[in-house]
Amino acid sequence: MKNYITVIGLEVHAELKTKTKAFCSCSTEFGAEPNTHVCPVCLGMPGALPVLNKRVVEFAIRAGLALNCDIQKFNKMDRKNYFYPDLAKNYQISQWDEPICLGGHIDIRVNGEKKRIGITRIHMEEDAGKLVHSGLTISTSDYSAVDYNRAGVPLIEIVSEPDMRSAAEARAYMEQLKAILEYTDVCDCKMQEGSLRCDANISVMPEGATEFGTRAEIKNLNSFRALERAIEYEVERQIEIVEDGGHVVQETRTWDDANGVTLSMRSKEEAHDYRYFPEPDLVPVNLDQAWIDEIKATLPELPSARKERLLAEDVPEDNADIIVASKKVADYFDAGTKATKNLKALSNWLIGDVAGFLNAEGIEIDDPEFRITPDHLGELVNLIDKGVLSSKLAKQVFAEMLKGNEAPEALVKKLGLEQVSDAGELGKLVDEVIAANPQSIADFKAGKKKALGFLVGQIMKATHGKANPGMVNKMLMEKLQ
Amino acid sequence: MKLYESTVHELHEQLQNKQLSSVELTKAVYDRIDEVEEKIGAYVTLDKENALAQAAKVDAMIAAGETIKPLAGIPGAIKDNISTKGLRTTCSSHILDNFIPVYDAHVIANLRKDETIFLGKTNMDEFAMGSTTETSYMKKTHNAWNLDCVPGGSSGGSAAAIAAGEAIWSLGSDTGGSIRQPASFNGVVGIKPTYGRVSRYGCVAFASSLDQIGPITRDVTDAAIVLNTICGVDAHDSTSLPVDVPDFTKALRQDVKGLRIGLPKEYFGEGINAKVKEQIMLAVEKYKELGAEIVEVSLPHTEYAVITYYIIAPAEASANLARYDGVRYGYRNKEAKSAPEMTKLSRTEGFGSEVKRRIMLGTYVLSSGYYDAYYKKAMQVRTLIRKDFDEVFRKVDVLLTPTSPVVAYPLDGKMDPLAIYMLDVTTIPVNMAGLPGISIPCGFADGMPVGLQLIGKALDEETLLRAAYTFEQATEFHKAVAPLGGNK
Repeated sequence: MKNYITVIGLEVHAELKTKTKAFCSCSTEFGAEPNTHVCPVCLGMPGALPVLNKRVVEFAIRAGLALNCDIQKFNKMDRKNYFYPDLAKNYQISQWDEPICLGGHIDIRVNGEKKRIGITRIHMEEDAGKLVHSGLTISTSDYSAVDYNRAGVPLIEIVSEPDMRSAAEARAYMEQLKAILEYTDVCDCKMQEGSLRCDANISVMPEGATEFGTRAEIKNLNSFRALERAIEYEVERQIEIVEDGGHVVQETRTWDDANGVTLSMRSKEEAHDYRYFPEPDLVPVNLDQAWIDEIKATLPELPSARKERLLAEDVPEDNADIIVASKKVADYFDAGTKATKNLKALSNWLIGDVAGFLNAEGIEIDDPEFRITPDHLGELVNLIDKGVLSSKLAKQVFAEMLKGNEAPEALVKKLGLEQVSDAGELGKLVDEVIAANPQSIADFKAGKKKALGFLVGQIMKATHGKANPGMVNKMLMEKLQ
Repeated sequence: MKLYESTVHELHEQLQNKQLSSVELTKAVYDRIDEVEEKIGAYVTLDKENALAQAAKVDAMIAAGETIKPLAGIPGAIKDNISTKGLRTTCSSHILDNFIPVYDAHVIANLRKDETIFLGKTNMDEFAMGSTTETSYMKKTHNAWNLDCVPGGSSGGSAAAIAAGEAIWSLGSDTGGSIRQPASFNGVVGIKPTYGRVSRYGCVAFASSLDQIGPITRDVTDAAIVLNTICGVDAHDSTSLPVDVPDFTKALRQDVKGLRIGLPKEYFGEGINAKVKEQIMLAVEKYKELGAEIVEVSLPHTEYAVITYYIIAPAEASANLARYDGVRYGYRNKEAKSAPEMTKLSRTEGFGSEVKRRIMLGTYVLSSGYYDAYYKKAMQVRTLIRKDFDEVFRKVDVLLTPTSPVVAYPLDGKMDPLAIYMLDVTTIPVNMAGLPGISIPCGFADGMPVGLQLIGKALDEETLLRAAYTFEQATEFHKAVAPLGGNK
């Protein structure tokens, strides 16, 4: 078998966090009773006209600036024509040949390797409504109803260059993109609720080929995991076709998450001719540089800058990548740094025990069920550094903190877990142990270093693990030499 | 003079002076409708109960000593493509024949604020696609000057209602001449304002970049009065222009001395009926007599206006009419077994043939591979047409042309659709350039009214009104009353 190169480009739809819809003043709130956030405009009533929500433009600019794009001072809306019951006007107001943003990029890191992924364009558009089927699927339903609450909710579509070469790169790009959209506060990025959606264009070509292979577009990728699995499956499928002497068909496929396969939806021949043309109900968007500058000035610190800051403060790069990937986690970390100076240890706790707990519980760091405040986590780090707690006992305290957010210092006292670092007390114990274990002393003196570990263990046992192991070691050595 | 033949400004004075009640007036107009509607067929829907209740309300206001607005208590008719809350709005299409809007068009809201009265909704070509009102799914409308002739279109019902005394004023919409041409065929006044002068919110879209609502009235003064109420910027229409609206009635002065009137030679060439031309040239003489300066000018791209219009307008229409799919409102085929089939059958059964012709045309010109050759090229030609006018308006203040090259023709459906398309050559360029245009009566040819079109600079409705008013006051054509004769 030849070696194949995988070529991936992503089209990501992000719902903007505006309070009102793109072209009318209906609420964008998720989860309301069906067809309660609707009006003549988003229902496509005869004679109703769209008016572009200024906040949509602002959010698109903000995302564009954060993704290093050129903001197009002149851009315009177009109509994308296709029939579907959830599309009230049977055309979608979108942007075709003159979108609001062109030419940006995102930097990713996979297996320690840095890579820059190009962004072709970002355009503004409106979302469609949602079909609600009477049965499980459209084909097994007696009827379907339409909920237009989502119709007209603003979206940006972020189109990448075909720069990714593996599922891992695609995932890294998607994670980084999600982080940036969260940091800039333009999207709440809930993939399960569909506020962040991804389509992947995938092709394979033999190593050394100069032209990309025929691509398939994969839809319905609702999680990072689905994105990775779908790419892995699709790449394998395409390589198999090529290896068998066949040709990959240009088509749209859907990811079947339950069965772990991609399925054909429609071929190129069946593809829509969207008949784009300029939206005559809206005037072109002419942007003022002063407004763009104003938006730029309000951009928050972005993940890349935050990562640099963490690296400068001795946080290991792997830890930094994980922390900055989520704004919530990064904000938690920043809050924790107010309580401790040992950021490396703080970062270890965060990506270790804290992440472990959150994953096990399936919750996020800002969930009330996670009870440890950032300052308490920082204080816990300080207690270890001061020698009050061994790292083993610290885990015990951490487990207690999860139950009720008590300050670690108070818990140490309450549980009687303070490390014994009193030289007098420890000296007494050392003497007792030496006296009680003459054989071990002899062994040690005969060169059996292991014997020292036994003696330390005896002291720890006597103190229920609270003895300061560093001090015990040191004192034993002194006595024995 | 009969009440139903009176003008808005005459009736307003009588109402305010309590010489007449609005209920009395409204009843008189409904009586007239009862009398002649069978012959004319101007209306799709009447709303007598609400109209009389509104009339009583205005009478109470007058009785309470209030000063009423010029249109208050005066019954008008609304073209059936303008959204009226709670009152059926069909666009004279089967696909909307059961459709009751949930909101008022911006112009309707403005008119309600002025306490006017809506008699009902008038017949039109289906979705405003046509020049004869014959493509209506609802009924045929007849010309009051000869019942065997078409009333023009697409605002045929609104124009016929004025000519036949079935309304005091009315609203039409004009995409390629749909106000001016029927006004001309019916011997009444019709204005298409500058694109963006009047909000399109609630005007059911045919071709969004061309559509504009305007008044149809018995004289120029009434047109100015209606304009005062319907014009103005609207936050719901991005294409409405953020400019102040003058009091248009202040422009009504008898003064064309030194006014430079251009005669574009392309509008007087082949295809113009000799008798129509004769009437127009007499009007030109009249203007000279009144002190205007006549200048021959040229709009060289005029010959491309109709063909580019029949690319741009259907292209926009093909998208605008996509929403009629049987899903949310309007006609739905109930036998369909799937959503795509339901949409297909609802549209197949719900639209008439002219509408389908234009949807197909529009779909074709926007298709991939054809877009550049048709739509894009047409948009470029549209720019050239606009530039022609820019150029000419450096030399003249207004342009004078026949509104239509012909007078109303027989209502027998024998005209070839393409031939009908070509007759709009005198009105279409005005929409393509977004300019204001007015049609006023200027004579008769073979017993049928001839309309004179004046075209103005963008947002210069005032000069148009002044020129039209001056001619009107110097002539008697606007006072002629239609005989409602014919073989029917």
